[in-house]
Amino acid sequence: MGSKDAKKEEAFDAEAARSLVNDLRGRFASGKTKSCEWRVSQLKAMLKFTNEHEKDIIDALRSDLSKPMVESFITEIAMLKASCEFTLKGLKRWMMPEKVKTSITTFPSSAEIVPEPLGVVLVISAWNYPFLLALDPVIGAIAAGNAVVLKPSEIAPATSSLLAKLVGEYMDSSAVKVVEGAIPETSALLEQKWDKIFYTGNGKVGRIVLAAAARFLTPVALELGGKCPVFVDSDVNVKVMARRVIAGKWGLNNGQACVSADHIITTKDFAPKLIDALKVELEKFYGNDPLKSEDLSRIVNSNHFARLAKLLDDDKVSGKIVLGGQIESKDLKIAPTILLDVPEDSLIMNEEIFGPLLPVITVDRLEDSFRSYNLKEKPLAAYLFTNKKKLKEEFVRNVSAGGLLINDIGLHLANPHLPFGGVGESGMGSYHGKFSFDTFSHKKPVLYRSFGGDASARYPPYAPWKLKLLKALLDGSIFGIIRALLGW
Amino acid sequence: MASEDGKEVFDAEAARLLLKDLRANFATGKTRSYEWRVSQLKSLLKLATDHEEDIVHALRSDLSKPTLETVVYEIALFKSSCEFILKKLKQWMMPEKVKNSIITFPSSSEIVPEPLGVVLVISAWNYPFLLSLDPVIGAIAAGNAVVLKPSEVAPATSTLLAKLLGEYMDNLAVKVVEGAIPETSALLEHKWDKIFYTGNTKVGRIVLTAAAKHLTPVALELGGKCPVIVDSNINLKVATNRIIAGKWGLNNGQACIAADHIITTKDFAPKLIDTLKVGLEKFFGNDPLMSEDLSCIVNSNHFSRLTKLLDEDRVSGKIVHGGQRNKINLRISPTILLDVPEDSLIMKEEIFGPLLPIITVENLEDSFNIINSREKPLAAYLFTNNKTLVEKFARNVTAGGLLINDIALHLTNPHLPFGGVGESGMGSYHGRFSFDTFTHKKAVLYRPFIGDVTARYPPYTPEKQGLLRALLSGNIFNIILALFRWLKS
Repeated sequence: MGSKDAKKEEAFDAEAARSLVNDLRGRFASGKTKSCEWRVSQLKAMLKFTNEHEKDIIDALRSDLSKPMVESFITEIAMLKASCEFTLKGLKRWMMPEKVKTSITTFPSSAEIVPEPLGVVLVISAWNYPFLLALDPVIGAIAAGNAVVLKPSEIAPATSSLLAKLVGEYMDSSAVKVVEGAIPETSALLEQKWDKIFYTGNGKVGRIVLAAAARFLTPVALELGGKCPVFVDSDVNVKVMARRVIAGKWGLNNGQACVSADHIITTKDFAPKLIDALKVELEKFYGNDPLKSEDLSRIVNSNHFARLAKLLDDDKVSGKIVLGGQIESKDLKIAPTILLDVPEDSLIMNEEIFGPLLPVITVDRLEDSFRSYNLKEKPLAAYLFTNKKKLKEEFVRNVSAGGLLINDIGLHLANPHLPFGGVGESGMGSYHGKFSFDTFSHKKPVLYRSFGGDASARYPPYAPWKLKLLKALLDGSIFGIIRALLGW
Repeated sequence: MASEDGKEVFDAEAARLLLKDLRANFATGKTRSYEWRVSQLKSLLKLATDHEEDIVHALRSDLSKPTLETVVYEIALFKSSCEFILKKLKQWMMPEKVKNSIITFPSSSEIVPEPLGVVLVISAWNYPFLLSLDPVIGAIAAGNAVVLKPSEVAPATSTLLAKLLGEYMDNLAVKVVEGAIPETSALLEHKWDKIFYTGNTKVGRIVLTAAAKHLTPVALELGGKCPVIVDSNINLKVATNRIIAGKWGLNNGQACIAADHIITTKDFAPKLIDTLKVGLEKFFGNDPLMSEDLSCIVNSNHFSRLTKLLDEDRVSGKIVHGGQRNKINLRISPTILLDVPEDSLIMKEEIFGPLLPIITVENLEDSFNIINSREKPLAAYLFTNNKTLVEKFARNVTAGGLLINDIALHLTNPHLPFGGVGESGMGSYHGRFSFDTFTHKKAVLYRPFIGDVTARYPPYTPEKQGLLRALLSGNIFNIILALFRWLKS
């Protein structure tokens, strides 16, 4: 298992992974994870450790990301608890077979769809919401009755250790396991056959996961990212809009979130007003020396820090800064930075920013930009701020993304009745609420027939009258059936 | 495209240009309109009706498929699928309003179905008409532009499909690319918004691997060794008829959901075999190699594959009925084998032909574990009147789908998702599931500017934290207390 053990230098290699999966398959085959009681007990255990160790979780997130306590509490802890509770409430209902209609072709019969677990599943998590994004998919896996292995991100090591400890102490270790590690351990896991893999992260690794899964015909869910655009119209409540944009950018792990605002698109006329409003609110939120604000996460590590600094240093870009730009490499801090009209082909406009830099791009007409956006890679989310009904309609009709949100940022993932997931480059599959249960389930159709009502027309030797009757049956036309039966 | 007279080769460049055209066409928004989708579906219906004879002819040429099997299991099934979708399409295209959560209050939420874009359907040879066009119906219903690559192993049907779709459908958005490995590889080099593949696991892996490079979602309809568990407590005559129909009546066993093998008790096996023999003679006469009501084996590759299964040393002695073959006509007679070894080739790979092994066990329930220990098949069947056994089966046996007291019929119910799990595939279709499989369910949340909770925003004071905690706890008393404290601060 994880090489935390100080006594031995156990490497988690392919052999260890194989043995782990075998154990879990044995466990799953025993049927234990299928019982409602087991699933409920595990979800309750998760709720328990989240409540009892709130402080430890907050500390770990502060260590890994300098994440402000309020963010940790709301966006990670409270969200996870809400997810757990929603699942506990719905679980019994979701587990029940769903009766469906039958068709004349199988008359008489009854039909239902029976949800069953896929078996042994792998959840690979991300570093930016290392608590939530590790456990939220695990909730789905357990709710659906699977045995599960969680591989937390090594880039958030304190949270990874804490997860291993808490899951180990509170949950059923024979069916729910944590494997810590980096590339070698993840590769070892990916060499095994899983019944499903759920990956949250970036497109590059997403492709590696998909290719590894292809060898075993393993279905995969990918929660990736993208350049989530924010279209801002002039017909808005400027103050509220500015606050929500800030909350949806720097308030989300300082821009390091898959659904955070990547860049803004607005009209040439409105841009000055927008930028001013942002400046005013930014100062209210983070003071006039944001590098010192306790309410902003830091950049996660020096790699990402260097990546972001490089985006800013680009010749064609550095001159476009209208606010911020200050960096403090020792503490891995970058101040909220706004840029105006950077070139379309600059690096900052061609990769997901995932940081506190906010380009503002101006256009003549907002509607025109909707259409041109569809020629780009589909992002995980797209946002529009406006009061205009027609603009909203055009946006919803024309802009494709994982999900859309009007007049706010990021919040849509808090509604468990909405599927959360990407499309195209931003991912495949979805989760949250019942969608989490579904993503780890096989919906098995079952058709029940009796021996009565056997249509001899089905059987050879095939005669013309049989053909006519069967055709009529499939046509569903009563008249046709009667005619065929009467031999016309 | 692969042309008969010219030297045009459909290579990666041709595929790239094809996709470029289709993307441009999709971007115009034409395929998204309800009218376009309906017009295309109606054209498909029309071509199936107008050209029934041609289709029957092509299937006879490719597979010697009996007319009734073609008319009923390919054409009629296809038409009824089309009609079901036409009836429901408007409903499915509408956004679905969903509940909201207190956290996003005030808000309204909906799920908006939208097409994925440009999709690729790769079809199979055994039901070459149905398995080509049924997924295409789903792709069109969902508003996509689509390329169909029919199987080259059924060449007459492939040519006919290219011709008919060329004549009846909107060629700017619905295309057929004929060909074999080179053409398929050319298509797979590029980025599609979805790939729908029907066929075998080996090629399924190739498709998945190709799709991984572009993060393309894939649906795979594969196969497996669909087991038939037969209890002694049954209506023997009806059960036997249905087993015969579900094996040799389905393209002579060459169907992904055909009965692969039977598992029954040692005691019951002799009776079952006798009844099967009687039924077989009634259906196909006493010289089944001459029966017009049986498909032949599709080609010499598969013929050799099947005869090899029969000729294996420990297997050839287990034949209790049939075993005759005609290499020239590619015919193998309905063959039953009894208790072949578990590790023989015929019990290790999907048979996909007219050979039916019967495996006996002491206790029928043991068969559930046997099935669960193998790769998950596309379907599993149980014949019994015993309600308890039925419940245990439905609860414990995993497969793409289950059917009690019949074979294959579950795929004719459009309210049931049809698809595999594990080695038998991923994703599903039929009815609404066809529409869904080619659709992106886009979540949309609407918020107004009012009702802004300023406690969300930094600087994060203790009072704000208290309020947010209370709000998220949902406890009214806490909320009021916290609100009061925060307002005071």
